[in-house]
Amino acid sequence: MSIGLSHYLIVAGLLFSIGAFGVLLRRNALIVLMCLELMLAASILGLVAFSRFNATTEHALMAGPVFVLFIIAIAACEVAVGLAIIVTLWRRRQTVELNELNALKN
Amino acid sequence: MLNWLFIIFATMVIVPALLVATNRNPVNAAMNMIVSFVGLAAMFVLLETYLLAILQVLVYAGAIVVLFLFIIMLIDAEHAPRPKVLTYAASLVALAILSFGVIGLVNRSMEQGGFADISVDAPAASAYAFGVELFTRHILPFQIAGFMLLIAMIGVIVICRRELDATGTEETRS
Repeated sequence: MSIGLSHYLIVAGLLFSIGAFGVLLRRNALIVLMCLELMLAASILGLVAFSRFNATTEHALMAGPVFVLFIIAIAACEVAVGLAIIVTLWRRRQTVELNELNALKN
Repeated sequence: MLNWLFIIFATMVIVPALLVATNRNPVNAAMNMIVSFVGLAAMFVLLETYLLAILQVLVYAGAIVVLFLFIIMLIDAEHAPRPKVLTYAASLVALAILSFGVIGLVNRSMEQGGFADISVDAPAASAYAFGVELFTRHILPFQIAGFMLLIAMIGVIVICRRELDATGTEETRS
């Protein structure tokens, strides 16, 4: 057995599923944000694997890794803004549990 | 040899990710996330994309996880309460459906002709190739990403600001 593209795709898919599982399961806003990061990382792995396995000598397929570079930059922005929102939330409501943030309910 | 490395690194990615999703202590979750991201960087090395592996360790395992740890310290998050059994069951069902869906999809495409084999000796996903590509074909997205970082920085400052009233003393917005 040699490691092919399918194995990388399965790892990426499992990582994505685990991220979605965490988002559904947890009620702590911080952990939900961490699981979102896991999902982003899974998509990155898929992109890199596809671009590496489909590259030929004529077409190096650099678009995949470059796209991953942008995803990493945007993920950093997302985490910064998300954590700022969580800190503001904590300051006003003294909680980060998503179940207790129901001011708009009913 | 490479197969064993792949299996080791795949476990190193998947198992800590599961612990991130289920661990009730946020600090442990963040530490597990570091292990998971380092495993992912190792997979990038296996794929011969060395620059991205370095960036993964620097940006994700370095900057982002440290940011998470800072915030955990700041809002002093306690142990989360145990999730309800129903939530747990429903999330597990979703996890099972997603995983079997992914594995089934990959198997199905394997049966219909399969995927490309690795064909070249690393067609230079080197820093040089990255630089040429970034500053020629992708120069506009590159600039936009830079502005995006600036906008995020200003946005964070605005979100976290405390407003000053007329006398100049701090007053939290209510």
